[in-house]
Amino acid sequence: MKAQRRIRKPLPLLSMISLVTLLSACSSLGVKPWERGILAKPEMALDSQPIVSALDDHIYFSKEASSGGRSFGGGGCGCN
Amino acid sequence: MVDAVSEVAAVAATDSGRTAGKACSLSATLAMATAALLGSADSQAGFLSDDSDWQVSAGLLVYNEQDRVSAVEPVISARKSLDTDEFLNLKLTIDTLTGASATGAVSADQPQTFTRPSGNGQYGIGVDTTPLDDTFQDTRVTLNAGWERPVAEDLTLNLGTALSKEYDYLSLGISSGLARDINAGNTTLSGGFSASFDSVEPVGGEPVPFATMLPAGSAQIRQGSGSDKQVLDAIFGVTQIINQRSLFQLNYSISHASGYLNDPYKFISVVDPVSGEPVFENTEQADLPTVAFENRPDSRTKHSLYAQYKVSLSDSILDTSYRFLTDDWGINSHTLDFRYRIPVGNGHYWQPHLRYYQQSAADFYTPFYVGDDRPDPGDSSRYGSADYRLGDLTGLTLGLEFGRRTASNGWSVAAEYYLQSGKEPDNSFGSLQNQTLSPDIDIVFLRVVRDF
Repeated sequence: MKAQRRIRKPLPLLSMISLVTLLSACSSLGVKPWERGILAKPEMALDSQPIVSALDDHIYFSKEASSGGRSFGGGGCGCN
Repeated sequence: MVDAVSEVAAVAATDSGRTAGKACSLSATLAMATAALLGSADSQAGFLSDDSDWQVSAGLLVYNEQDRVSAVEPVISARKSLDTDEFLNLKLTIDTLTGASATGAVSADQPQTFTRPSGNGQYGIGVDTTPLDDTFQDTRVTLNAGWERPVAEDLTLNLGTALSKEYDYLSLGISSGLARDINAGNTTLSGGFSASFDSVEPVGGEPVPFATMLPAGSAQIRQGSGSDKQVLDAIFGVTQIINQRSLFQLNYSISHASGYLNDPYKFISVVDPVSGEPVFENTEQADLPTVAFENRPDSRTKHSLYAQYKVSLSDSILDTSYRFLTDDWGINSHTLDFRYRIPVGNGHYWQPHLRYYQQSAADFYTPFYVGDDRPDPGDSSRYGSADYRLGDLTGLTLGLEFGRRTASNGWSVAAEYYLQSGKEPDNSFGSLQNQTLSPDIDIVFLRVVRDF
């Protein structure tokens, strides 16, 4: 049992290290407020065409077994 | 995420009279809002300088499946700034569908006649032809309303409601979400929750699982007029600015649906164990094949991971995303999406689009039953569906958009071609092997959007 525990321990430890590394990496990413000219353009928004996204999502929702991801999975429709 | 949460929001009228009234008053309001906008100062998306301003967008989708469903879907949305960083979002969508829809039955080398869902009337399917019910028509009206406002420094709250009504289906939904900016606004953490309460009243009543279709005019085997379904969704995301030109988003979502998850209009053919031909055993109507109505589990839990990366490459913008989805029905899917926006001067741009989708079949996907394999009518402990959307399939979309965005408004037109290819069943035998049981579906859709 002890041996097993020793083998199992590195996993959570590894996850913690990864998480901390990821978070510290995130904190080194980013820009100053005056460097946001390009990112502030409407076409650089992650969902820059919400009507297009909604129309497309509805098509794929009704034709495929998957939905959501970007936002909630949809529903409210008898089409699937 | 803020937009995503508000997307789900909604309220709508439940009958056509009320809907028409609301649509009229909304149009009048939007017309006034548009007039107001024309004289307004320039504004950036989501950040209006004048509190009385409305941002109005309208779109139209024209959708056509070869030999199957056609749809026309107008949508109008309006966003009003109520206060600094406080917005009201409204959206009205009307979806009109007509055409023919796959029933799940197999094509055969002899004619087949099926009973319509109402139980009154029938439709004939020719030799070597995929059985489609050509009476499919519906109009769906959906209204979404959302409200977003800052509740603390760098913390935004979204609340929304949704109502969607079609002939045989009603859905009421609520949603809420929180988004928190950290790391000097370079990182946004978000979380959201939504619940929808749906009810379905199938035309002709709710079929008993695996019950046999009876001839038109006979009392079909039904178990009531309809049932309910609930869907709970939660989503957690992080959005990170990488540098002056790029950012990414990573979302995890979980969705749990429970209740009536069957498609009441889908059924499964029973074929002869030797010849592979449909069984015709109805003594009153010789050309009515034996088909059993489907039955799915009464709950489904889906998990998905969604990653999006957007980068400005000199003047062009590359927008890519990937989604992995897995559920307890045995379906796994992968979705890849690329949009590449190429400016061509004076605010005009071209935007090619490529999307690839692949899914594995649900554990209970059953394109046909062989003889006695068919479960007994009413045996709700067993599951089976021949709905091709639960089978192995791939989808490929190619699209091209042309548009223009100026400082104050924009428009776009797009044409997309979507090819859906199902996998032929591995266990085909006999005359089934001469049939195309999962025919490709060609879909073309045109989309026009105008931001006022």
